[in-house]
Amino acid sequence: MIVLVMTVLLTLLAVITIVIIRQRSLFAVVILTGVYSFLMASVLIVLDAVDVAMTEASVGAGVSTVLLLATLYLTQSREYPQPRPAIIPLFVALGIGGALIAGTFGLPPFGSADTPIHNRTAPRYLAKSIEETTVPNVVTSVLADYRGYDTMGETVVIFTAGIGVLLLLLGRRRRYSSETGEEIQGE
Amino acid sequence: MNTITPLLLHYNYFITIFLMVSGLYIVIARGNMIKKLVGLSLFQSSVYLLYVSPGKILEGTAPIIDDAYSIYSNPLPHVLILTAIVVGVATLALGLALVVRIHEAYGTIEEDEIFDREKGL
Repeated sequence: MIVLVMTVLLTLLAVITIVIIRQRSLFAVVILTGVYSFLMASVLIVLDAVDVAMTEASVGAGVSTVLLLATLYLTQSREYPQPRPAIIPLFVALGIGGALIAGTFGLPPFGSADTPIHNRTAPRYLAKSIEETTVPNVVTSVLADYRGYDTMGETVVIFTAGIGVLLLLLGRRRRYSSETGEEIQGE
Repeated sequence: MNTITPLLLHYNYFITIFLMVSGLYIVIARGNMIKKLVGLSLFQSSVYLLYVSPGKILEGTAPIIDDAYSIYSNPLPHVLILTAIVVGVATLALGLALVVRIHEAYGTIEEDEIFDREKGL
């Protein structure tokens, strides 16, 4: 049953991706990206990754879509027809895709429990989480306790990106006020 | 049925690779910078699937400890991907800010037009 639900959701994801590739209107692309994120969140729920699904639905479908729409408002929302040939990218994509698919046949089948990743660190987290951290949600205890330094690194990355965005956009506002909005003509 | 089942149990890997390669294709083939960034985020989200789907156990449940369950899916990929999602949005925001600045300087977000203008200067 789970395999069937997964198959349907993943096929929908693939269809949405094809539409995103072919779509020329950037507004439609942004909205389809939101749909894609919600589908991805559904797939993640089927895969038991409930915390990841919640983050993907709020951050992937929410924040990303808002950021993309804001950028469309500040720039232009039409994509021009492709002037250059797409044969080399297609060739690169098909080559890499073929090699990777050949590699997947060596991977264990979906959902099996006797694979290496289920037998090393994860059982220890699952067995000791309540005893050592008193948190029943193991994802929380690993994120905030066992691998807390990872999360600190993540926060540093977000902080750096935030400073970068602020620096880039602050220069913009300064120029607007000094040139009395002449840049708007670029639209 | 016996020949279809192994393919069905690898279907998530096939779709993962399809999404990854589509993202790569968009990044290389499309000249529009917003489209490129969308392709980059497609590539990133295919990595979520690549990490989370091996962590699933068919009879398992979400890794929240409860007396009613004994088999849990692997929590470690979930933690790694939580970090990856947030970092992905941070890079997307930085890329979009750069696109806004490029549009301000050149009046376009099409890569080819920017190259043409650079040659003309």
